[in-house]
Amino acid sequence: MESTPASGRPLPRHERWIVAYAQWIVRWRWWVLLLSLLCLVALGAGARLLTFSTDYRVYFGPHNPQLLAFDEIQNVYSKNDNILLMFEPRDGDVFSPRVLEAVREFTERAWQLPFVLRVDSITNFQHTQAAGDDLAVEALLPDDAGITPERIAHIREVALAEPVLIGRLISDSGHVTAVNITSQFPPFDELTQKELPEAVAATRALRDDILDEYPEIARISMTGSNMMSNAFTEAAAGDMKSLVPAMYLMIVVITWLMLRSGSATFATFVVIILAAASAMGLAGYVGIQLTPPSAASPQIITTLAVADSIHICVTLIALMRAGRAKTDALVESMRLNFVPVLLTSITTSIGFLAVNLTDSPPLKDLANISAMGVMLAWFYSVFTLPAMLAILPLSVRRTGDSRSGALTRFLDGAGEFVVRRRTPVFWSALLISAGLTVLAFRNEGNDLFAHYFGPSITFRADSDRIAENLTGLYSMEFSLRCGDAECVSDPEYLRVLEDFTAWWREQPEVLYVGTLTDIFKKLNKSMNGDDPAFYRLPEQSDLSAQYLLLYELSLPFGLDLNNTINIDKSSSRYIVIFEHLKSKHTRAIEASARQWLETNAPEMATHGTSPAVMFAHISKRNLESNFLSLPLSLTCISLLLLPALRSWRIGAVSVVPNLLPLGAAFGVWALISGEVNFTMAIVLNMTVGIIVDNTIHFLSKYLRARRELGYAPEAAVRHSFHSVGAALVVTTLILVSGFMILSMSAFLPNSGMARLTAIGIVAALLIDLLLLPTLLLKVDRAPANAPKKELSDEALATP
Amino acid sequence: MKRLPRLDVTLAAALLSVLLANPAAAETPEEKGLAIAQEADRRDEGYEDSAATMQMILRNRQGEEATREIRSRALEVADDGDKSLIIFDEPKDVEGTALLTWSHKVEDDDRWLYLPALKRVKRIAGNNKSGPFMGSEFAFEDLGSQEVEKYTYQYLRDEACGDQTCFVVERYPVDKNSGYTRQVMWIDQTEYRAQKIEFYDRKKSLLKTLEFKDYAQYLDQYWRPARMDMVNHQTGKSTTLLFRDYRFRNGYSDRDFDQASLKTAR
Repeated sequence: MESTPASGRPLPRHERWIVAYAQWIVRWRWWVLLLSLLCLVALGAGARLLTFSTDYRVYFGPHNPQLLAFDEIQNVYSKNDNILLMFEPRDGDVFSPRVLEAVREFTERAWQLPFVLRVDSITNFQHTQAAGDDLAVEALLPDDAGITPERIAHIREVALAEPVLIGRLISDSGHVTAVNITSQFPPFDELTQKELPEAVAATRALRDDILDEYPEIARISMTGSNMMSNAFTEAAAGDMKSLVPAMYLMIVVITWLMLRSGSATFATFVVIILAAASAMGLAGYVGIQLTPPSAASPQIITTLAVADSIHICVTLIALMRAGRAKTDALVESMRLNFVPVLLTSITTSIGFLAVNLTDSPPLKDLANISAMGVMLAWFYSVFTLPAMLAILPLSVRRTGDSRSGALTRFLDGAGEFVVRRRTPVFWSALLISAGLTVLAFRNEGNDLFAHYFGPSITFRADSDRIAENLTGLYSMEFSLRCGDAECVSDPEYLRVLEDFTAWWREQPEVLYVGTLTDIFKKLNKSMNGDDPAFYRLPEQSDLSAQYLLLYELSLPFGLDLNNTINIDKSSSRYIVIFEHLKSKHTRAIEASARQWLETNAPEMATHGTSPAVMFAHISKRNLESNFLSLPLSLTCISLLLLPALRSWRIGAVSVVPNLLPLGAAFGVWALISGEVNFTMAIVLNMTVGIIVDNTIHFLSKYLRARRELGYAPEAAVRHSFHSVGAALVVTTLILVSGFMILSMSAFLPNSGMARLTAIGIVAALLIDLLLLPTLLLKVDRAPANAPKKELSDEALATP
Repeated sequence: MKRLPRLDVTLAAALLSVLLANPAAAETPEEKGLAIAQEADRRDEGYEDSAATMQMILRNRQGEEATREIRSRALEVADDGDKSLIIFDEPKDVEGTALLTWSHKVEDDDRWLYLPALKRVKRIAGNNKSGPFMGSEFAFEDLGSQEVEKYTYQYLRDEACGDQTCFVVERYPVDKNSGYTRQVMWIDQTEYRAQKIEFYDRKKSLLKTLEFKDYAQYLDQYWRPARMDMVNHQTGKSTTLLFRDYRFRNGYSDRDFDQASLKTAR
């Protein structure tokens, strides 16, 4: 990673190969360009195979325990993928003829929506009541019933006293009501990813129809797991549309500012497009499905890829400025940059590849696409870029660049300051970064999936509105087993359910409890002439079983109990809906529910499960797995660097500037936010792969100054500041700009991940410039092996 | 439980035989479909009454299984839908519970359930016939008497089914409370037995497939399946019905199929 002017010393063998290779590229430049375009076409064609994943389950690995528990419940009962639509009447009263008519019409037509399994609303709610000596089970507002004042009064009376409806399909004041549509999509492995968008589009069209037809309805908000899955898709697609162009614009501006050459800027831009498009194409061939995290990979590739090209262009331009002919300068730039660019690409890829030990597949996809992109960027930078630079006209003014000169002068001053005040600089840098690292552990994982989306995504606003007025999006389900077949109607079992319900209703966060006992109590009342005194659990086992049989035989298509009772009637599904809770709180309340069961009904003890529970564990699982793979990636990277550093001691020193920025970044995050999402877990490995480059650049300059130029440690530090300081600042600037653009993502976990990475990169720069040199001055006490020399301007060429 | 693929006589047998003897005559698909249904119904005419024991096996996507035992009796009614009686033997909590159904050609069927724990007979609302029967994949309307008038028909094509040739007939429920928009039936051409039915739900997607297996002939005329498999394609659940001990002409009368008889049915 050093620019050695060809000063008579024979080139090492690998450099001779590189020179020969560079000359070959220049000679066959048109063919190289053509071949590159063919590569682009062949690889990029895979992009047509890319689809957006439409199921939030993709965030959980196949062995994720919370996912397995959740899938089991869905397989035993029925799916609960749903869309919940909240109707807000203009006059704030659901119980008016037009509003009820709208809900009834919507309910009726919703049965014809794609993939619908059942539709629940206050109008088709199967109300039981005594009819003489018989049991009448009938929709609250039957299809052909007239909406008379008497009927409305009846509906109001029943609905506002019905625990099955309140807090879920109707607010307790009756100012809003909801229709819940349950969907059944094909099994996970048979999904074509077209199902969900189709279902959502059809539901939205029906909503618009109803809104047109019934101006009495002011607004219909939509939430539910299907809308959440859909929001993931829309956020990813939206990001790709808005952020990618912004990213390219930023890259063009920065490259132009740095290179001041239209041709070089254009060539760099082409390389980035080639790398990003080829990587996405490869992702398509591999069969990766895009999610908001993996859809960020083109932006990450772009940010990282630009450095490769800039290194080569900067050296080329500097050499031409120094008077070298273009072809000569190009070959020399290739010789100087080929290995460093390769090394930094490999280390970056290692960081990404380590993410594969993580639990969440979208994060692996992001990391793998980025790793491929980084290696492709290296390939195009040493293949296509020199060919293009050889073809394009390149005019370089012979005047010195005053801007980078000013930056270099500033860094010379900084180097001087660091050497002079080494002790206070060392201790303050060490204490601040160590202090921040301690703070880092105060971050806590908090994944609230409704809050994953920025205000531009309607799912967020709709979910918040529904949470404020009616019911929560966060739920927890239990499959409560009573033992042998047919035992769900056993009074003993029902009493436990009743006690469990009483416990839940004491929890302040709980909005709704869905339990079989409410059905039994109502049945008992209806079977006893609607006498309110009988609104309690039946006391005889055979009686309650026979009530249940009668009730089941009375239910219409789609509104059966298969979603509540399993097939041999040995367990029932128990649902709790609560307010937006933090992940920590969700885990705690799940644990106390389990504790309650273990104390009061040990044979029923089970885990609560739901998307909320799954997401409550996701950041912890991913942080832990990335924490565990971090030493692995760090070891791989260090092993790769050892031959270059040729010193165990310096190798050990290099760990400090590679690791401390992570601690410092998470520490800063604890101060500004304190909450991490699952996507931030990969910041650990990803950032190590990126910031290690700075360390390599700084250390290699330092070691070369010590070993080849015979400098004392102090002079070697000044030399390193002078020769790579500006380059480090500029690369940091590029990376931070790239990640700041990514931080504008409508998918907030991406945004947080990008901001945290940017903080880590800035921290790495500061640590590389303040802590690393002072640490070297402390550790590297060996005398200079040659007399001190003054700094020369050589080596300026390589940033 | 009444045997499934039996349809009642509605038109004069003479007229039927004329129609069926001349299948090449110019008839619309609607006429041909109706004629096939009527012929199937005619062939099952005159069985008087029957009884059988049925085992119901339910399965879900998780691989769990549940089994229920039921006895069923049916009585042929000359100019209306048949009557049937289902007696639940297990689970124990519903032992002795009995379900009486009087099916009708066009109007809603009448249904009563006897609850031994209450010693009372309760009438079940007639319009909810599309719900599942005892948590299975069979709806009431799949199991009830398949009166010709409950559907309109359209003949689609001939098609090989197993080693036979089948008529493929589409039928559309007349009752708007049905859970289905249409059903496609495969009826073999030699004996007019239903071999397969596909059920399409309200959103017109394929919901379930029912297959009839192991037909046996009784009294040299009446074919009954020993096995019926219903698979729900949307939920992945399935139900198998196994029939045994078919007995015909047991001498049942209307008095064995009235509300009073429910309490004593054993």
